[in-house]
Order: sequence, then C-alpha cells, then structure tokens
Amino acid sequence: MNWKTTFRKLTRIPLGFYTVLQQTLRKPVTVQYPEQTRPMVPRFRGRHHLKRYDNGLERCIGCALCAAACPADAIYVEAGENTNDARFSPGERYSQTYEINMLRCIFCGYCEDACPTNAIVLEPIEFPTGYSREAMIYTKSMLLESPPINVPATPQVTEPGKFDRSIVPFPPIDQQA
Amino acid sequence: MDSSTTPPIGAITTENAQLDVTLEQLKKLVSPRAFTGETMLLNMGPQHPSTHGVLRLLLELDGETVISCVPDIGFLHTGIEKTHEGKTYLKGVPLTDRTDYLAPMINNLAYCGAIEKLMGIEVPLRAQYIRVILAELTRMNSHLVWLGTHALDIGAMSMFLYCMREREDLLDVFELVSGARMMSSYFRPGGLWRDVPPAFFDLVKKVLDVFPARIIEYERLLKENPLWKERTIGVGVISKADALAFGMSGPSLRGSGVNYDVRKAFPYSSYDHFDFNVPLGSNGDVYDRYRCRLDEFPQSLRIIKQALDRLPEGPVMTDDRKIAPPPKHEIGTSMEALIHHFKLWTEGFSGPNADVYFAVESGKGEYGVYVHGDGGPKPRRLHFRAPSLCNLQALPRMAKGALIADLVGIVGSIDIVLGEVDR
Ligand code: SF4
Ligand code: SF4
Repeated sequence: MNWKTTFRKLTRIPLGFYTVLQQTLRKPVTVQYPEQTRPMVPRFRGRHHLKRYDNGLERCIGCALCAAACPADAIYVEAGENTNDARFSPGERYSQTYEINMLRCIFCGYCEDACPTNAIVLEPIEFPTGYSREAMIYTKSMLLESPPINVPATPQVTEPGKFDRSIVPFPPIDQQA
Repeated sequence: MDSSTTPPIGAITTENAQLDVTLEQLKKLVSPRAFTGETMLLNMGPQHPSTHGVLRLLLELDGETVISCVPDIGFLHTGIEKTHEGKTYLKGVPLTDRTDYLAPMINNLAYCGAIEKLMGIEVPLRAQYIRVILAELTRMNSHLVWLGTHALDIGAMSMFLYCMREREDLLDVFELVSGARMMSSYFRPGGLWRDVPPAFFDLVKKVLDVFPARIIEYERLLKENPLWKERTIGVGVISKADALAFGMSGPSLRGSGVNYDVRKAFPYSSYDHFDFNVPLGSNGDVYDRYRCRLDEFPQSLRIIKQALDRLPEGPVMTDDRKIAPPPKHEIGTSMEALIHHFKLWTEGFSGPNADVYFAVESGKGEYGVYVHGDGGPKPRRLHFRAPSLCNLQALPRMAKGALIADLVGIVGSIDIVLGEVDR
C-alpha cells in the first residue's frame, strides 16, 4: 500500500462523519404522533362509511355485491323489503343487516369499487380499533352516517311511485381526486 | 444408530405419494465431523434480526468458520398460491401485494401481466407508462429497504435511518395514487384502478429532484469506506457458472457478471421504449452485489424521467367490457353496463383453458407468475417464481468457508424477503 491509497482511505472516514453531521442541520421529517398527525390523501382507504342521499334515504340497496367482491369475505349483508310506509332506500330492497368484520378486512377498497350506488366508501378518517373480537364486527348502525341536518332519518314515509328505481344516475366517481 | 433400524422422519404416506426423509439423508446435510463432536452445530434464527424475517439457518462451525449452512424455510408460509385457486382473477390482485411486501407494485404488474397474457388483452399505452414509473419507484423502494437493513447488519446504522427517510417519499407517491402505502393493489388486469391524480406528477418530480443528491450521500458513506470494503470485498463469492446453475437472478446474479435482466431480455410493459443500462459486477462478492443495486438507482431515475416526459394521454383501462368493469356513471343509465358490472364483480371473467408464464424484473430478480387456467373464472393452479427463493438456494455455496461474522452480510447481500420465499 502506497501513501496515496493510505491518504485516500484516511479521508473517507472524516467524509462520512461530515455527511452524518450535515443531517443535523436539516429539518426533521418525523412528526410527534399522536399530537401531530400527517395529512392523509383523499384516496386513502381507511374506515368504511355507508352513505345517504341528500333526502336522508340510504344509498345501500342490499344487493350484496360488496360482499361478493370482497376478497377477504369480510362483509355480511341481509336484505329487507322497502315499503312506502317504511322506506330505507330507493327501490325495492335495503340492507337489513350490514356487518363488516374489521379483523378480516384488508382495506383493499374492492367493496367501494363494486358498489353500484356508491353506498360504501372508504374514507381517510378513523381507524378501527378495539379490545375484543366482537367489538371489531362493525354493524350497520356503526357504519351508517347520520342524515343531513333537518332531514328525517330512515325509515321514512314516502309517497307511492316516487322511489321505484334503486339506482339514480349520479356524478361520475372515476375522475375523483 | 444402525441405518436399517432408523425410523423415517416425517414419513407422509398417501395413496399415491410417499415422501420418506430418513435420518441418514438429513445427516448428509452436515459433514461427518459434526457427529464426532469435532465441529459445532448452531442454530441461527428463526428469530435472528439479521435473517430479515423468519429464516432459520443450521450452521456447522469449525471455530469461527462455517463448514456448512442449511437454510430451513417455511416459517412464514401463508398459502398464497393455494388461496389463489379460490379467488377470481380480479380478486387475486390484493394477494400478490403480500408475497414480496417490499415491492407490491411489481408483484401486481407480474400478476396483471400474466392475466392479460392469458386473456390476450392489450393495455393502453398510458397505463403501461404509469406502470413503468411506479414499478421503478417500487424497485427503488425495495433497494432502499435492502440497503438500509444490509448496512445496519454490517454496522452502518445511520444508513438505515436515511434509507427509511427517503423511502417515505416513495410511499407517499404510492399512497397518493392507490390510497395505501404498502398494500397498494393499484394495477388491475387490463390497466390501472384509476388514473393518477394531478398531484402525482409534482410528487414524482420531487423524488427525481431530491434523489440524486441522496445517492451521493449514500456513496460518500459506503462506496469508498475502508471499513465497509473490508467487510464486503471478497466475501460470499459465487462464480458466474454457479450463480447460473442455482437459478439466481436480479442484482445477485448480475453481481457475478451475468448480463441478464428481464427488462432487457424480454421487454414487457413498454420497457423497450426507454434507454437504460444494466449495471454489472465482476467478482460476485457482497461488494459487487451492493454496487449493482446502488447503480440501479440512477438508472431507475432515468427511466422514470423518460416515462414522465413522454407520458401519453388517453385511457388507463382497456375498453374491453368483458374484463374491465364499466365506469360507474354508466350503471345508472345503461342496462348493459349494469349487467357487466354485476357479472364482473360476482362471477368474474372466465379465462381460456391455457397455461401462461409472465415474468418481470423485480428488485430481487425475475419475478414470474405461472397461471394454469381451466376455462373458468379462477385459476386451477397459480405459481410464483419467487426470486428470493432461488437466490436463497445459493446461500450454502456462498457461506461455505466464510466466517460466521460475515454470514449476516452474505444473507443480507442476496436480498431475501421471507414473505416471498415461503409465500
Ligand atoms: S375493503 Fe376489501 S376486504 Fe375490506 S370489506 Fe371492502 S372488499 Fe372486503
Ligand atoms: S353497500 Fe353497495 S354493494 Fe354493498 S349491499 Fe349496499 S348497495 Fe350493494
């Protein structure tokens, strides 16, 4: 080994130290969770919510397509019949029972893709946590969002012939952010 | 013990198959000296932090020298291949995220590519380019985790922190497009889940801006570092012929000087539209494998830059309604769309009765998906050619004669992910 390579070798270690010390001048990239949280993107696949129309009716029509599309078999849907005196959703049927097993769910978002009425949406809020297995089975009342202000909750009494169709055309979701 | 009285270990007898593993056969895995007490048998793992998961190595040691090394795998077996047989082609995508969990998008690409090949569908060019951008970001993500953990094993702790920091930028991109940081499931057979949001381009440009300076930092810390070179040069050498014979692929193979990259050899997803080099090593030691991976960073950035510049406009999903679900807004007005939507999400689309193999270059090597369709909507058999598994097979050869302290470096240098080894 000649003096050149020795010198080269000797400079490498201080260069490494310099590189490491440089980092102390940078802004930290960490945040103080849970006091601070990082913003979540609009597409974030978090907890599920069952949506409503503006008139308070539930979007879910109990078709169980989400349950069929779920790769983890996490959803259980039982449909009930709508009547004009007790109407939950437009069309013939609504979901009487709607359960998601949050322990099985892998948050893939397939249920959201499969739902024909955009009833189930994975939103970037609230993470499912719990102390027992039973607590992690989310029922319909936990998933359903509350109706808009000044709008009656379901079941509603509706005039005959007004809500015959289950699927009302809605603005495209495909171009969503 | 007399061999004739040796009871078979783990004899599995079924009607048509018999698998007898005798103690005699197991004894051959280590040298005869182990039975006289001359050498020592030592278990490394399955909970050893340097095995990057749950890998158990049975080591035979003569002093500090490794005489033989027997990998024992299967601790993370999750039955993903079997589960695929019960899932429609569309529902298989989230499962593939979970094989090599450090490179989910590349797994998605391999799986979707195989299904597209099976169904004979053409993916729109825009989707192909976006797939390339995301696959290269995933490769960088995979290499960053490898670099961080590998350096940590050898003793360069700060590398780990820097790599995890930079990885966060990449995960932000994945989160933005797919809504999940790791289990993205963003590629779907026929194209992409949705088009990328406008903020995607700014984020990727930010990665392109920031990264070259960060690579310089990594190089400054390790490339010429005498301690690093001391620990890696001439360690875990594997020759060209051996590497090929063991079926290695990816940077671990290229470190031995074999120029094989699936992106160049069998271009997929328009990789032939881009200029990039494949870095090669020559000695096949830990240092050369490290160089190969680090030199891939600038090449990945090059590909991403070209793909961003030339990104065409257009759809991101094939318009074949037998495979791609219709846009949601059509469901309310078109009966046909509604029928297709229901059929695709319940029964799925039926593939032909055929076999296909589709391989991509993942961060670890050739990641292949073999699909045996039976004419129905589910595969009869689906197999992953996992590069980690094939590369791991060469470990006993590399470890022979090495010092036990170098073993963690060698295990790190082949970049295994146990989720992929055991599937
Ligand atoms: S997110 Fe995926 S796993 Fe979870 S309920 Fe929906 S379809 Fe099932
Ligand atoms: S959430 Fe959607 S897919 Fe699921 S049952 Fe209700 S309407 Fe059908």
